[in-house]
Amino acid sequence: MSTPERTLRYVDALREALVQEMDRDPDVFVFGLDVDDHKGIQGSTLGLAERFGPERCFTTPLSEDAMTGVAIGAAVAGMRPVHVHIRMDFLMLCMNQLVNMAAKTHYMYGGAAKVPLVVRSMIGKSWGQGAQHSQGLHAMFMHVPGLKVVAPSNAHDAKGCLIAAIRDDNPVIFMEHRLLYPLEAPVPEEPYTVPLGQARRMTRGDDITIVGVSNMAMECLRAEELLRDVGIGVDLIDPVSLVPLDIDTIAGSARRTRRLLVVDNGWITAGAGAEIAAAVAERLGPEGPLTVRRMGFAPTTCPTTPALERLFYPNPATIAETAHAMVRPGGPAWSPAPERAELAYQRSFKGPF
Amino acid sequence: MDDRTTRDADMAARLYRSLRRIRRTEERIAEVYPSDRIKSPVHLSIGQESVAVGVCDVLGPDDVVAGTYRGHAAYLAKGGDLRAMMAELFGKVDGCARGKGGSMHLVDMDRNVLGCSAVVGSGIPVAVGYALAIRRRRQDRVVAAFYGDGASEEGCVYESLNFAALHKLPVLFVCENNGYAIHEPLSRRWAADRLTERVATFGIAARRLESDDVFAVRAAAAQGVAALRAGAGPVFLEVPTYRWREHVGPSEDYDAGYRSRDEAAPWMANDQVERVGALLPPEARAAIDAAVEAEIADALAFAEASPFPDARELHAHVYA
Repeated sequence: MSTPERTLRYVDALREALVQEMDRDPDVFVFGLDVDDHKGIQGSTLGLAERFGPERCFTTPLSEDAMTGVAIGAAVAGMRPVHVHIRMDFLMLCMNQLVNMAAKTHYMYGGAAKVPLVVRSMIGKSWGQGAQHSQGLHAMFMHVPGLKVVAPSNAHDAKGCLIAAIRDDNPVIFMEHRLLYPLEAPVPEEPYTVPLGQARRMTRGDDITIVGVSNMAMECLRAEELLRDVGIGVDLIDPVSLVPLDIDTIAGSARRTRRLLVVDNGWITAGAGAEIAAAVAERLGPEGPLTVRRMGFAPTTCPTTPALERLFYPNPATIAETAHAMVRPGGPAWSPAPERAELAYQRSFKGPF
Repeated sequence: MDDRTTRDADMAARLYRSLRRIRRTEERIAEVYPSDRIKSPVHLSIGQESVAVGVCDVLGPDDVVAGTYRGHAAYLAKGGDLRAMMAELFGKVDGCARGKGGSMHLVDMDRNVLGCSAVVGSGIPVAVGYALAIRRRRQDRVVAAFYGDGASEEGCVYESLNFAALHKLPVLFVCENNGYAIHEPLSRRWAADRLTERVATFGIAARRLESDDVFAVRAAAAQGVAALRAGAGPVFLEVPTYRWREHVGPSEDYDAGYRSRDEAAPWMANDQVERVGALLPPEARAAIDAAVEAEIADALAFAEASPFPDARELHAHVYA
């Protein structure tokens, strides 16, 4: 008889990854504004300061720009900093150091130095997060060679990717999403890595390939349930890692379905969806017809009022409608019943991992 | 000669050798530059050598230097490999960054020369982070971080000063104040020129020297490094100095209109290379000069002979 799998919340999986890596390697440290306070970055760093002491888990002056440089310098010296930002929007203050220094250090010094750095940040959503607490800015980092970008969407991958990121010898932009924090998934107790650059197939289907980034992977999973009601099978893929990007898995799926819908947790223009769609089209275009659509944030600033905010994001209903129209073009339009769409939020993802 | 005199003579010879090595290296670079064999813009430190030389003379091999895009002097003064530097300027694969960094990104991790950055001020927090690692590992090492008066206008420099002071990190901040950010004098960039006083408000021992006299720089650096080793927290030195050549490139630019040769004259009259050289017995000086010329000739020949990186190098080192 097998023991029931242990489940953890995403937030606790992050904390467990940090604890285990800090236990394993004395060069790992966690720093950033408020990582050691009573809230501990929504709980993801709670207890680290008590367990590992103030030299290995410590707050900083706001100074995001210089603190990023400090992390780079400590990394060049051989340590493995995890620099934490409670919102991704604040990474704009770190852009010079991330783009001009972290991304380029290994290359512009001809391999003489490396930057094993993890930059954790969280995307916010709902309850008035608004213009400057809700942005998914991963495309800006994906553009720059030298950075890795990962966006796990479940607790299992959160732990495995964070451990992999800490052990990676490159700067890794580690994107989290506030709405994923309470979601549970099976998480092995022992340390493990989820390889950066390997996509995860969340559901298997033959009619359409849907790629969901970060929290949109969960929204797509809910949409998949709605589409199943009307007999549409979804091959749902979470890229997990955006750089390096597992285009083989995505293109392999789209080769079979000939339909690709990319749903990003960010804006569409010059976004991760554009990159994924273009890479797939380059590969599959010569083989025959391919239907491609992108969804993402409305091309506006994120408004706070719920009346407008709900229109800003793709949701399970709009994703399902879009996919339906791609699979059955020319047929009657279809929308899931609102109460059915609401029910889809009970869906969780428990693997397989 | 008594011990002290011997020590002083040794020090003068050492400082002269370093000053002369940097001066002549850069003069040779300026001579070679028009031939287009150097594949990188060069920001020469001719006239400013004494700052790097005075500071680096009190550093040990394990101590660390973080330079700027005008970094030849700091790189060489810390013992950076001259062959690797010259090959780097020539864009050759034996360069310190395999030809992929150029003059503005000199690096020699074996000599603890952290890579230099072309985005002004950006290397300062990185140097502070290196010092944080030193402190965490309980190592007896210090970091000398050079920056110009222009970098003193970057926010991240002040953020770095604050963090270094807060954590009492072993960093000697050295502001090489040559009075110009590219072509803009300090008076067009600051309402007040009290750079040192500003730094002192962070709780940092801060001192402005009267000149770039190499012995004065060395003495101040020695005092500062002793304080760092005692765990007293960061130290700041502002050293007035003067760039003799143009901001970037091999030539003088006194006819460009933004400064005059008259302004430069007192600095040239107080040339530290000549001044320290004059302290040495002529035969000792001649021997150093000959050795320096031979080393430079060797480095130039090495750079010429080194191959360009092959095509595969383009994609190497994007990721570690």
